[in-house]
Amino acid sequence: MLTLECPYCGVKAEETELTPGYEAHLKRFGPGSSDDDFESYMFARKNPKGVHFERWRHAYGCGKWFLAARCTVTLEVFGTYPAQLGEPPADIIAKITAKRPGWEGYK
Amino acid sequence: MTRTGPGRMFDASHMPQSALGGAVFDGFARVQEIGPLGMISLRCALDHPACPAAVQAAVGLGLPAQRRIIMDGQRAVGWMSPDELLLILPYADAAAALQRIAAALDGVHHLAVDVSDARAVFRITGPRADQVLTKLCPVDLAALAPDELRRTRAAQVAAAFWREGDGYTLVSFRSVAGYVMGLLSHSAQRGSELG
Repeated sequence: MLTLECPYCGVKAEETELTPGYEAHLKRFGPGSSDDDFESYMFARKNPKGVHFERWRHAYGCGKWFLAARCTVTLEVFGTYPAQLGEPPADIIAKITAKRPGWEGYK
Repeated sequence: MTRTGPGRMFDASHMPQSALGGAVFDGFARVQEIGPLGMISLRCALDHPACPAAVQAAVGLGLPAQRRIIMDGQRAVGWMSPDELLLILPYADAAAALQRIAAALDGVHHLAVDVSDARAVFRITGPRADQVLTKLCPVDLAALAPDELRRTRAAQVAAAFWREGDGYTLVSFRSVAGYVMGLLSHSAQRGSELG
């Protein structure tokens, strides 16, 4: 069971109170972009075995979207942060680097 | 306004009806549908300087902290999200309160809506009232602050509840009032106490 703390209301929400939004930090390629870029944006996902950055919505709560860093193997949660941030906060990066030396980064 | 005789029309506009007509279930805890209750959903930047005055004008209370509810008699203000408050007041006062909010937030980006008829309200009371909710909601009630408003789900539908008096007050959407009454009643059945 996954428990994520919503960074907006502070509730430690259990997985069934949340709606998944899949991979975070995707760069959007819209009209006018190349076919390759659009295909990559539309379909290509990392699906890593290990550290993953995800979007979640606190659907049965304050209703806000937030981002989470967790491990897809152990379900360990490294942290959650507001969706307005364009990149993961430094403390979460540091925590992941300490626990998973050699992870390839979030991009 | 009641007209009699031929051509009589039923005018329900001034006779609010609660969703289930005050249904009651007595189990190891008591479940009662209450209301109608006046409720206003106010959305705006809660840190805007005009916001506290609008809430004060509407229900005469201050701004609650994150996930808290301030109660005073029939009026309350609950923190629903970083940009949303739930104002509770007597049903008949909602329209006037909306006007006072509109005046206080004139020119400020906000949304204030009378949601009284969109909600159903329940009281769950008795020494084991917490067990009724424990079975339905993924919430650690032991960690719930006395004045905390918790939005969550009750089985399959959205709900919000807080401690009040000798139990809890729970709010759901009116469209699922029957479902929620069924859930609470089933959860409160005698013989199904926890521990």
